[in-house]
Amino acid sequence: MTFSRMVRQAYSLPAWRQLCFKPMYPGVRQQQTAATLGDVAGMQVSPLTVLSPEEEMMKDAVAKFASEQIAPLVSKMDGEGHIDEKVLKGMFENGFMGVEVGEEYGGCGSTFFISNLVIEELAKVDASISVTCDIQNTLINTLLINLGTQDQKNKYLPKLATEYTGSFCLSEVESGSDAFAMKTTAKRDGNNYIINGSKMWISSAPLSGIFLVMANAEPSAGYKGITCFLVDAGTPGLSIGKKEDKLGLRASSTCVVHFDNVVVPEENILGKFGHGYKYAIGMLNEGRIGIGAQMVGLAQGCLDATIPYLLQRKQFGRTIFDFQAMQHAVANLATEIEAARLLVYNAARLKEAGQPFIKQGAMAKLYSSEVATRVTSKCIELMGGVGFTKDYPIEKFYRDCKIGTIYEGTSHIQLNTIAKIIGQEYSS
Amino acid sequence: MSLRVLVGCKRVIDYAVKIRVRPDKLGVVTDGVKHSMNPFDEIAIEEAVRLKEKKIAKEVVAVSCGPTQAQETIRTALAMGADRGIHVEIPAKEMEKLEPLHVSKILAKLAEQEQAELVIVGKQAIDDDSNATAQMTAALLDWPQATFASKLEKTDGELEVTREVDGGLETIKVKLPAVVSSDLRLNEPRYATLPNIMKAKKKKIAKMKPSDLGVNLASHLEVIEVVDPPTREAGIKVEDVDTLVTKLKDSGRI
Repeated sequence: MTFSRMVRQAYSLPAWRQLCFKPMYPGVRQQQTAATLGDVAGMQVSPLTVLSPEEEMMKDAVAKFASEQIAPLVSKMDGEGHIDEKVLKGMFENGFMGVEVGEEYGGCGSTFFISNLVIEELAKVDASISVTCDIQNTLINTLLINLGTQDQKNKYLPKLATEYTGSFCLSEVESGSDAFAMKTTAKRDGNNYIINGSKMWISSAPLSGIFLVMANAEPSAGYKGITCFLVDAGTPGLSIGKKEDKLGLRASSTCVVHFDNVVVPEENILGKFGHGYKYAIGMLNEGRIGIGAQMVGLAQGCLDATIPYLLQRKQFGRTIFDFQAMQHAVANLATEIEAARLLVYNAARLKEAGQPFIKQGAMAKLYSSEVATRVTSKCIELMGGVGFTKDYPIEKFYRDCKIGTIYEGTSHIQLNTIAKIIGQEYSS
Repeated sequence: MSLRVLVGCKRVIDYAVKIRVRPDKLGVVTDGVKHSMNPFDEIAIEEAVRLKEKKIAKEVVAVSCGPTQAQETIRTALAMGADRGIHVEIPAKEMEKLEPLHVSKILAKLAEQEQAELVIVGKQAIDDDSNATAQMTAALLDWPQATFASKLEKTDGELEVTREVDGGLETIKVKLPAVVSSDLRLNEPRYATLPNIMKAKKKKIAKMKPSDLGVNLASHLEVIEVVDPPTREAGIKVEDVDTLVTKLKDSGRI
């Protein structure tokens, strides 16, 4: 079989053409051709890390805002445990919170890949800001865009793109990885549902204007009763409980949210009754690519903060970067980050091309979160004593990275997912 | 009264990049180096967009001279609020020999063609620091110039411009049409928001060559050598004023 035939079978040509051949700007198509490796059976092939001019522009815009408006406040936000108001406002004004939301709703009308670039660039500066942006784009907005009725979209998308965060409520005290064991119920009452229960680990809860709540509306059907409800902030019975005192991501508020006879009209069901479990899994498959992007950005930001110090600090008459052991350490870390980045970028491109991506998304999240822990831990050592102090940003990267292997599907869950798909691949 | 404003924006090496002299000592390394819009030109674009928001200007046209990548600079201007762009194509090799006089001729011709009544450019580019384009453009057009502007106000048919000069601030009135060069404190440029970057994709960029404008790019200047500034040496401490004076005399400083 010719290589071209193999490639064409691997990638549905129409989808790939759509991705590569759609001119971003007039005249840019020529530039993309120059940047690519050339034609493979009529298909344009490009290195994963070569971005289109539009993607570069978006990435640079985020990097600029992050280094000028966020970086000076990172320590303060970490110390005080909340996002600075000006920073949050700036994120909405600059469109970071509605990347894929359509222009008609006040969003950017941009792509999933670019959301990941935004998340990655923000994480280089502050992982808490990055996760706030990630949840909004890859979980909240995506659920509404894909499942919302026109009324629901009209009501919530403009606000999510320009005004407030949304919170995704799935986990509970007794159900984390075992998500379907949730105890929050939604009891039918005429044209309404009454929600009772408590959700845990809810990011941005004090800030959010809307809560996407997974509750079981038909416990007798087991997990097939789980339904997704849209609950406005301020609905009587909805209260924000204890804020967690966390090791890292301290600027992102993580709280318990209580639902005490919260009345929700049936129009506020998102998608279909009893399909909530599907939506949760589906969204998390995409959301974890975003977490992959966050972890890659975090690891890169950490290494970027370390290397200048190594090139400047002198011991035994030379810079510590001069020592081979240090060079080898840095080379290893840089290689791991590059590999993690390629996994994330490819998973994102696969999803955009309409190709199967669940296995690759799980691999991306698994690997990049583990790389982040290795990189941050090693960077503290490379910095020596000062790496252990709050005077340098390294210790924050170290604290922030740890949740990466835990949230949005623990590493064990990712491994299960990957193995399951491999099993299917070899069985059919 | 609604003006058309022409704004020049130059693609230069980003201000944060550590500059390296090329091995042939005839320039600096530009390959693979991050480039962005000249910061003073960002201020120029911002001022033009603010004039449009105040309904003093009706259209802002962003112009850049350079290779294909200059379009990225124009896109940034469009994302900041410019209405359309003009890309004057100059291949990378010829860019090295591009002089303020060439750019001034191009801007002057475009100002006439586009019937612009106001040309705003950054006071100087951070790569060559020439501080000549605004002045030459005004001279070629025989228009008044208001350089180093730190404040711009429109009065009837005129501009009142506060300039930063060595002695302090000077306020002058210039009749329109005029050329203005922007200084640091004129304004704080806005961020190109992501939605505006997406919207800018629909705005038009016209392409043309210098020859289309009747401009000849013959060189008048030749770069002899480019070297690093001398590396900073460590200072020394002296015990008293006499030793200080002796040392200064010895090293030829006084």
